[in-house]
Amino acid sequence: MEAQSSKWVFRMTPIRFLLLILAGVAAALAVYRLVVGLGATTNLNDHWPWGLWIGFDVLTGVALAGGGYSVALIAHILHIEKFNVIARSAMLTSLLGYLLVMIGLFLDIGQWFNFWRPFVSWGYHSVLFEVFWCVSLYTTVQVLEFGEIGTEKVAKSWHRLFAKAMPFLLIVGVLLPTLHQSSLGALYLTQVGKLHPLWWSPYIGLFFLMSSFFVGPAMVTVETSLAGRAWKHWVDVKIIRSLQRIGVTVMLMYLILKIWDLFARDAMQYVFAGGLESTMFLIEMGLGVIIPIIIFFIPWGKTRAGLITAGALVALGVIINRMNVVIVGMIGYSGAGYIPSAIEILVTVGLVAGGALAYCFICDNFRILDHQEEQHKVAQ
Amino acid sequence: MAYVKFDTPGKGVLVDLTKCVGCGSCSLACKLWNDLGHDDEVPDQGPDAKLSDKNWTAVKFFALEKDNEPVYRFVKNQCLHCQHPACESACFSRAFQRTENGPVVYYPHLCVGCRYCMLACPFDVPKFQWDKSFPLVTKCQMCSSRVDKGEAPACVGVCPTNVMTYGDRDELLAMARKTIESDDKYIKHIYGEHEAGGTNWLYISDIPFEKLGFRTDVTTRPIQEYSHEFLKYTPPVIVAWGGLLSAMYVYTKRRKEVAGKDKKDVPM
Ligand code: SF4
Ligand code: SF4
Repeated sequence: MEAQSSKWVFRMTPIRFLLLILAGVAAALAVYRLVVGLGATTNLNDHWPWGLWIGFDVLTGVALAGGGYSVALIAHILHIEKFNVIARSAMLTSLLGYLLVMIGLFLDIGQWFNFWRPFVSWGYHSVLFEVFWCVSLYTTVQVLEFGEIGTEKVAKSWHRLFAKAMPFLLIVGVLLPTLHQSSLGALYLTQVGKLHPLWWSPYIGLFFLMSSFFVGPAMVTVETSLAGRAWKHWVDVKIIRSLQRIGVTVMLMYLILKIWDLFARDAMQYVFAGGLESTMFLIEMGLGVIIPIIIFFIPWGKTRAGLITAGALVALGVIINRMNVVIVGMIGYSGAGYIPSAIEILVTVGLVAGGALAYCFICDNFRILDHQEEQHKVAQ
Repeated sequence: MAYVKFDTPGKGVLVDLTKCVGCGSCSLACKLWNDLGHDDEVPDQGPDAKLSDKNWTAVKFFALEKDNEPVYRFVKNQCLHCQHPACESACFSRAFQRTENGPVVYYPHLCVGCRYCMLACPFDVPKFQWDKSFPLVTKCQMCSSRVDKGEAPACVGVCPTNVMTYGDRDELLAMARKTIESDDKYIKHIYGEHEAGGTNWLYISDIPFEKLGFRTDVTTRPIQEYSHEFLKYTPPVIVAWGGLLSAMYVYTKRRKEVAGKDKKDVPM
């Protein structure tokens, strides 16, 4: 693999070329948005102050990037070594995910040159304050964590220092996401009486936390299968399955808690009530939670294809869940609808494309997929 | 749990909706005093009147029926100036602060433009300058500079039919209670007494509030408490979970080292 050499490489393929175009278009549109403002570029309005960028780029992005912390917890804190083979790529995806979240957030705020304000003007009674601090700190921690990988190739003399700092970074790097994954959900606690009862719950923070945890293994499964194809690096099915077993366990607990919560709040009546909300809720829970659990327990769930399908469904389920909270669950209250503008969609697509490109570039140049020995050294 | 606990509920305004004739003077006075523009698309009075970045207050017309007779009612809307403002607790850069005198004031220079306040407000009051490059949030400030000098807000003073009474919130509440109890025509509900934990603008009416566009399902528990309920767990979680993670790290590493000594060729 080229990764060992000290030359920089970037193989151009048709897909990468397409990603490059998408990312370029998004970058141009982002600049345009920063200049002309939100009203001119998005379909947001006083009824819909938060839309696709918060819903997908931030809320969903942070959850999908959760693979980093759950895998870091399993592989590095619990020292379950067989997971080391996937730890680096999981943490890289997570880092890129958070960088995209930061860009998404930045694009979504009206006074973007004022973004640093909460660092000095402490609105500590806001759940958003916790989100803001945790996400910024965690992104920093992840960049530092990546330093341990990066210094294998550049600025090599710093490598020992980064390797030394890893235990501390890893612990903080698991702690912070635990806090902000739940606080992202808790943002919607203020939506009492506004967000549809299928989603508003005093436990929404816990639900966000649990789903961000179990989507980790699911994302890693999907991602390693994609990377496997691209770099001919196949991770043993047994490893993927035992990783998913952890995810499925949390998912079962999530399902039970969710049902209990619906009964406790007398919201069970809405589940089969028909209409947009209940349909979307059933899709979210059926596709994203119940079917993946079933797949895991049938023979197909022992095959690579079965595991990948289950993983993809879980990831899709979490995406639907976050969009349900931000959009579907608010339609009833707001009385209006919201469909993202073309610019909003193109920017989101371009951000994801940019992330994928960065992933490819880093995999081409650093030891992400093929790094067993190094991992052993660090983990000891 | 406010940022600062104030001993007094502060000043407020009591609005008697039965007296309003819909002349719109209050809205005009507000625009003049606060130097707000006009927007043809979003009227500040009439059946489609709406709050917006330029309409800090709006007088909405309602054609209704009462005892089988057609009646008209006019509802002046503006920020209700909560005792425990949701916007204040939602804002992560302290751009909203409830002041000692009662008004909930917005400080533009602190605002990041994230719009979480708009989401949090149970009355949907804060509005955004969507047509600006660098938009701010806007809302009625209860003319806080006037209130600080002991003067009534601009809109209150100009009203020709004395719809609004300005004064100490507790006195206004007592006055409102007396009015609705001594006259059968009033609905026995003072809007703002308990809504969202209590507001400094209070309303009384002879038509049920839900028919006049008021949100009557709003929680009486201050929205701030929902966030607080969650955030109070942050410090213990940091300590406990952080400690547990460190302990697990050290323990599992040590266990692995011990196992490694016994069995050098353990397959991993
Ligand atoms: S939009 Fe401004 S005032 Fe509102 S919560 Fe965000 S920073 Fe605070
Ligand atoms: S109190 Fe002042 S800012 Fe508020 S509506 Fe009246 S005039 Fe306008």
